[in-house]
Amino acid sequence: MSVLVRDRATAQPAPFPSPSRTLEPRRRPSRRTILLASAVVVWILGFVFLHGTSTLTLPASELTDLHRSLNQFNVWVAANRADNPVFLYVLTPLRAGVDAVANLFITTFAASSTGLRLPEIGWLGTVGLLGWIALAIGNARVALLTVTILIFFGFQGLFLEATYTFALVVTAVLLTLLVGIPLGVLAGVYGRVAKLITPVLDFMQTLPTFVYLAPLALIFLIGPASAVIATVIYAAPPVIRLTAHGIRGIPENTREASDSLGTTGVQRLLTLQLPMARRTIVMGINQSTMAALSMVTIAALIAAPGLGQVVVRALQSLDVGTAVNAGLSIVLLAIMLDRVTTAASRRAEPGAARNRRVSRRTRYILLGMTLVLALVMVQFSRTMLWAAAFPANLDIGRVIVQAVSSASEWTQANLSLFTVSFREAVTTGILNPFQSLLTETPFYILVAAIALAAYALGGWKLSALTTACLGVIIYLGLWSDSMVTLAATLVATTVVMVLGIVFGVAMGRSARVDQIMRPMLDAGQTMPAFVYLVPFLGLFGATRFTAIIAGIIYAAPVAIKITADGIAAISPTVVEAAVSSGSTPWQVITKVQLPMARQTLALAANQGLIYVLAMVVVGALVGAGGLGYDVVAGFVQSSLFGKGLAAGLAIVFLGILLDRMTQAAAATPARKIPSPKTSTT
Amino acid sequence: MNSPDISVRNLWKVFGPGGDQIPGNPELSGLNSAELLERTGCNAAVRDLSFDVAKGEVFVVMGLSGSGKSTLIRCLTRLIEPTSGQVLVDGKDVLQAGMAELRELRRRKMSMVFQHFGLLPHRTVLDNVSYGLQIRGAAKKERFTRAREIIELVGLKGYEQHYPDQLSGGMQQRVGLGRALAGDPDTILFDEPFSALDPLIRRDMQAEVIRLHKEMGKTMVFVTHDLSEALKLGDRILIMRNGETVQCGTGDELVGSPADKYIEDFVSEVLRADVLTLKWITRPVEAATPADAPVLSSRMIIRDAIAAVMQSPCPVLVEDSGRITGQIDRDSILSVLQRTEAAA
Repeated sequence: MSVLVRDRATAQPAPFPSPSRTLEPRRRPSRRTILLASAVVVWILGFVFLHGTSTLTLPASELTDLHRSLNQFNVWVAANRADNPVFLYVLTPLRAGVDAVANLFITTFAASSTGLRLPEIGWLGTVGLLGWIALAIGNARVALLTVTILIFFGFQGLFLEATYTFALVVTAVLLTLLVGIPLGVLAGVYGRVAKLITPVLDFMQTLPTFVYLAPLALIFLIGPASAVIATVIYAAPPVIRLTAHGIRGIPENTREASDSLGTTGVQRLLTLQLPMARRTIVMGINQSTMAALSMVTIAALIAAPGLGQVVVRALQSLDVGTAVNAGLSIVLLAIMLDRVTTAASRRAEPGAARNRRVSRRTRYILLGMTLVLALVMVQFSRTMLWAAAFPANLDIGRVIVQAVSSASEWTQANLSLFTVSFREAVTTGILNPFQSLLTETPFYILVAAIALAAYALGGWKLSALTTACLGVIIYLGLWSDSMVTLAATLVATTVVMVLGIVFGVAMGRSARVDQIMRPMLDAGQTMPAFVYLVPFLGLFGATRFTAIIAGIIYAAPVAIKITADGIAAISPTVVEAAVSSGSTPWQVITKVQLPMARQTLALAANQGLIYVLAMVVVGALVGAGGLGYDVVAGFVQSSLFGKGLAAGLAIVFLGILLDRMTQAAAATPARKIPSPKTSTT
Repeated sequence: MNSPDISVRNLWKVFGPGGDQIPGNPELSGLNSAELLERTGCNAAVRDLSFDVAKGEVFVVMGLSGSGKSTLIRCLTRLIEPTSGQVLVDGKDVLQAGMAELRELRRRKMSMVFQHFGLLPHRTVLDNVSYGLQIRGAAKKERFTRAREIIELVGLKGYEQHYPDQLSGGMQQRVGLGRALAGDPDTILFDEPFSALDPLIRRDMQAEVIRLHKEMGKTMVFVTHDLSEALKLGDRILIMRNGETVQCGTGDELVGSPADKYIEDFVSEVLRADVLTLKWITRPVEAATPADAPVLSSRMIIRDAIAAVMQSPCPVLVEDSGRITGQIDRDSILSVLQRTEAAA
C-alpha cells in the first residue's frame, strides 16, 4: 500500500510543458502523500542504520512468561470444568445439547458414536434420501448430481469420511439457521438491533477461522461440539446479514400499503416480510452452508472427524496423493451443497411457481413416488450388508492416490527446473528481502512508521488504534513471527491486487469477459479454504511459497469481483465523454476508470488482505512459518498451548490493524475538496 | 354540505429533531420554511392545515412535489405520525387512538391507493385483492367470494390467478384499487394513483374512478399534482404550497377567482370555458333584453352554453335557484374563449 503511494508521490514529471505551468508552479503533493512518504523514509532509514537491533526475535520453542501463564489457563479450565457455575450451567449443557444433535446426524449417516457400528442409514439409504431431498427442494438435475457425487465418494473410498463431514455440516447449518434467521429478522425489522449486531458480525468475519479453534477446543473439549460451535460462529454472519438485508430491502411503498390495511406486526412479518425476503434468505442459507463446509474441514485441526482430517493428516505427512483424493471429495461436496441450495433459492424466487413445466399436482405425485423409492432404499440399507457399507472392492481411491502421488513426484523431479527455480527466484528475489526489511528493522522504528502512515490515512484515532494493536502484539511476545506473517500477507496481497486490477478491469469493460469469468470466480469462492493448499503442495512442496500461492489463489476471486463491479458501476456517460474526446482505451483505463474506482480498489485490497491473512495462517500446515506455525504447534504440543493462544490473538490484532488501515484508505477521498465558505463556527 | 366525514384541525407535521416543539412555539411556527430549516434544522411538511371532507365528496389535495400533500394524506391514517392537531373521523380523533383502534380504522374505515401500487409480488391478483380481508381475519371462502366480486367490479375478471408483474401498469393499479375497495371502507385515500401511468391509461383510470364514485358513493380524498386531474375529479380542491393551504374551493372558484398570484399562474393554462360556469360571466340584466329570452342555469359550464347563446338572437338570461341573476351574450362567451386562446 505504502509502496504504491510513494510511487505516486515521486512520479511527478510533466509529460509535456503546458502554458499554465508558467503561471502556477507544479502541483504540490498533498499532505497525506508527504506523510506516507515520510513513513516509508523513516522505515528505510531505520532499516539501513539500525539493522538487526531490537528485533524482538523469539525462537520457535521458547516461551515468554505470558505464554507460560496462558498455559496455566489450560490447567485452570481443566480444574474448574466440574464446579465453576459458568461451566456447570451454561457451557456444559450447551456442549451436551450440541453434541446430542451432532451425534444424531452422525449416527444416522456416518456411524454410531463409538464408531464401531454401522450407521442407521447405510450408503444406499443415504444416496436415496439425500437424492430425494435434492429433488424436493431443488430439481431433478441437482438430484442426479447429488446421487452421482455421493456414489463417487464410495468409489473414492471416502464415503464414511464424507458422511461424517456432511453430518457435521448439517448440524452446524441447522443450528446456524436456528440462531441466524431470528437474529436476521430482528435486525431487519428493528434498525436498532441492526446497528448493534453489525459491528459484531464485521468482527466475526474479519477473524481468521483458525484463531478461535484452540480456545473453543479448550472450553468445549475435543469433539463434535467444539467443531460445530466454531462452525456456527463462522457460518452465522452471512445468513444473519442476508436475512436482515432481504427484509430491509422490501420497497417502502409495499410496506406502507400493507400497513395501510391495518396489519399487526406479526401479520406484516408473515404475509409481507418473510415471503418477500424469502429468496434473499435462501441465498443466505446457501452462503452459510458453504462457510460451514469450509469451517468443518478446518475443524479437523481440533479432531473433527471427516474429510478434513484426511487432508490434514496427508498434509502433515506430505502425502499429496491422499490429500488430492480427499481434497477432490471436499470440492465435490462443496459443488453438491452449492448447487442444491442454489436450486432451492431459484425455487424460492417470486413467480418461480408459475414458470414450472410440470404442474403442482404432477410434481407432488412424482415426489411421493420417489419418496417411496428412497424409503425402500433406506430399508434395504438397514437390512442388507451390501447396501449398508459401501463395497470395498469398488474402491478406486487407491488408484487415484497412487496416480496423483506419482504425478506429483514426477513433476517435482522433472519440472524442478521450472517449479523450483520459479519458487527460489521469488523466494530469494522478493520474499526474503521484504521479510528481512520487516523482521530486521527495530520494532520501534516500524511502530513509528506504521503509526505515521495510519495518521496519514485516518487521523489520530486510527494512529492510536494501530499503535495499540502493535503494542498488544509486542506484549504477546510474538513481534518477529507477526512480521513474518505480515510480510507474506503483504506480498500475496500485492499480487492479488495486480490480478484484481488486470482481470477486474477486463471484466468491468467487457460484458463477455465478465460472463466467462464470473462463474469460475463464484466456483472459486465456494471452495473451502483448505483445498487450495493441496495442488500447490504437489507442485512446490512444503514451503512458505506454497502457502503464499494458495493465499493468492484463494483471495484473488474476491478482489477481482469487487474491482470488476467497481469498474462496471462507473457511469457510462463519463466513459463515453472520455472516448468522445479522443482517449485511447489505455487512457480511459488509467485516467478515468481506475481513478474513479479508487475507493472500490481500496475495498478490494481490504477484502483481499483479510482473505490472504486467513490463508497464510492456514498455510502453516504446509510449511509457512510465523504466527500460523505457532497456532498449529499449539494444537499439537500442550507445552506450546499458551504460545499458540497468544499467536491466535496476535493474528486477530494484526487482522484488525490491516482491516482498519485499508478501510480508512477506502473511506477517505483522494484529496480534500476545499469547502466554498470558511468555517462559520 | 352535510356532516363532515373527516375533519382536520390545525394539523402539523414537522420532520427533524425537536420538531414537536415547533407547532406550539408562536415564534418558530410563524417562520417560513427556509427560515425554519435554517434556525432549527426542521422541515415543516404540513403546517397548521384545517379542512373538512363531506360524506360522499371527492376532495382533491393538489400541489407540486414537495408541497407536503403526500405527507398530509399519510397523516390521516397515521402512516406518518402527525406532530400535532386533530384528525376527526366519525367525531373521534385519530391522533388519540391506540394501536388496536388505529388498525381497526385502517381495516374498515379508510383504505389507500398508492402511486407505485404497493402490490405484493408473491401473491396473485386474487390474493392481493383479498389481502385486507385476510388481515382482518375473514374466512378463506368469504374473502375469495368478495374478492372475485371486486375483481369483476374493477374490470379484471379473468386475471385472478395472474401475478402483478404479468400485468400492465394500469391493470396493476386496478388491483390496487380493488384491494382498497375489498374491505368496503367509508373513505378511500388516493396518493397520486395515476402519476406513474401513461396519459391514455390515466384517462381510462380517471373515468374508472368517476364511475366507481357514482356507483358506490364513497368519500374520496385524492392527492395529485395534475391540475386537470384535480379539476376533472374534484368536487372541491385544496391547493397546498410549502405545507400550507393556499386556497380551498370548487374548481370554478379556483379558476374564476384565484386567491393569489401563485394560483393565478397555476390555473392560467386551464381552458376556462371548460371549467367556469355561467355565474362567472353574468352581467346585470339590461333593459333592452326581452323578458322571454332563453334562460340558462348559472351552474352550467360555459362550453355547454355556447350553442344556446350563439343561436339566440338576443342575450340569454341566467337563473340561480329560480331567480334571474343576470344575463350573458355572445361577447361575454367570446371573451372567455379568447382569453383561453391567448393562454394556450
